[in-house]
Amino acid sequence: MINAWWIIGGVLFVLLNTAAGLIWLERRMLALWQDRYGPNRAGPFGLFIVLADTLKLFFKEDWIPPFADKVVFVFAPAVVVASVLMSFVIVPFAPGIVVADLNIGILFFLAMSSLGVYSIVLGGWASNNKYALLGAMRGASQMISYEVFMGLALMGVVVLSGSFNLQQIVESQRTVWFVIPQLLGFLIFMVAGVAETHRLPFDIPEAESELVAGFHSEYSGMKFGMFFIGEYLGVTLISAMVVTLYFGGWLGPSFLPPVVWFAIKTFAFISLFILLRASMPRPRYDQLMEYGWKVLFPLSLLNLLVTAAIKLWLVTK
Amino acid sequence: MFSLLRSMWLVFLHMFHKRDTYQYPEQKAPLPARWRGRIALTRDPDGEERCVGCYLCAAACPVDCISLQATEDEHGRRYPEFFRINFSRCIFCGFCEEACPTYAIQLLPDFEMAEYNRQNLVYEKHDLLIPSQGKYPGYNYYKVAGLAIKNKDKGEAEQEEPPVDIKSLLP
Repeated sequence: MINAWWIIGGVLFVLLNTAAGLIWLERRMLALWQDRYGPNRAGPFGLFIVLADTLKLFFKEDWIPPFADKVVFVFAPAVVVASVLMSFVIVPFAPGIVVADLNIGILFFLAMSSLGVYSIVLGGWASNNKYALLGAMRGASQMISYEVFMGLALMGVVVLSGSFNLQQIVESQRTVWFVIPQLLGFLIFMVAGVAETHRLPFDIPEAESELVAGFHSEYSGMKFGMFFIGEYLGVTLISAMVVTLYFGGWLGPSFLPPVVWFAIKTFAFISLFILLRASMPRPRYDQLMEYGWKVLFPLSLLNLLVTAAIKLWLVTK
Repeated sequence: MFSLLRSMWLVFLHMFHKRDTYQYPEQKAPLPARWRGRIALTRDPDGEERCVGCYLCAAACPVDCISLQATEDEHGRRYPEFFRINFSRCIFCGFCEEACPTYAIQLLPDFEMAEYNRQNLVYEKHDLLIPSQGKYPGYNYYKVAGLAIKNKDKGEAEQEEPPVDIKSLLP
């Protein structure tokens, strides 16, 4: 057993660097799909743009508007990063390499990703700005409603594996990855995950063409950077969860170590997130809610019912 | 739903397209032959300044970036005493080029004139003058104008009849 502090340190190091590296990766990938180059000047392949961006964020004036609620305004950006990092506690990167092997891993993940809503709502409210407030309200209702069937879609996996523990869920995918029996659940989870991280096409809380910058309109400097990092961490989290729950986590042919398999799969889903951003238009707000409650919610219920019925039938047979 | 997947696929295919970007400082974009860039003062075939200091360019300039002072040499030939263009204001519209009656002002394809110091964008006459006739080779204003200067009296210009003596009764 590896010392827990090493795991915590390693996970933090990898995650924060991934989040920073995603700034570069996303810009290069978007550029690739738009027939451009993207940042390619500073350093090899433009990698030092990460350094430049970070330095810029650190040296920007850390401005708090005089009309803002100062305490909450400062507190809100920390919540998003903290809650997402807390979610990573239960992600199994490889057999034994997990910060906390909780029995109720999935529930903990759902609880922590719900906490992320607070950051948006508090940030938007404390900004005391109508656009920020509108963005925060949208964010709150979007995340709360998509959370419902995110959880319901996950229950299919729980029914199949009979456990809330993520390591056991991965282990029970040895014969077949859950994406095959749970294809519908996977699709619903993916859509809900995009909405949960409020990435394009579901970036309605930000919606820069309608709401300036949505809930973080008033933020600048490193406080904005926290929202920024939180978003990329969220992308990584959802990708990691999709891999763990539906694509067999660290499982893979044994010529590569489990961690590498996990990283490769997660990277593929991060790329899918970026591809979504490159290709999708943003839906209208009411369309988003309608799609969630009238289509995805019944579908996820149906998915759960059918999965449970088949499982029951298999058990009793 | 199908259209969304299709658009994702089409965007994905762009991965294999050629990129449209010109890597600018290393790779120059092809400029059209009549590109309007930096303003220059051209010379006539004899190497003299073409500008006669008529102020038409300064009058035509929509942003008032041209400033000059006309003067005359001992032979009756006009030229600008100073000719100053503030390129931090110039919008490269080419109106001065159109207004110029002697083809003196011409716009070059050069556009790379960035400076660290704003004052360096103010170009004086010696910065603007180029040893070239520009787009109109062979044109010499004083050779075709009916104006008397040194070594050329009235009626001696190209395609010009000698002046009629209006006080004489002879045919």
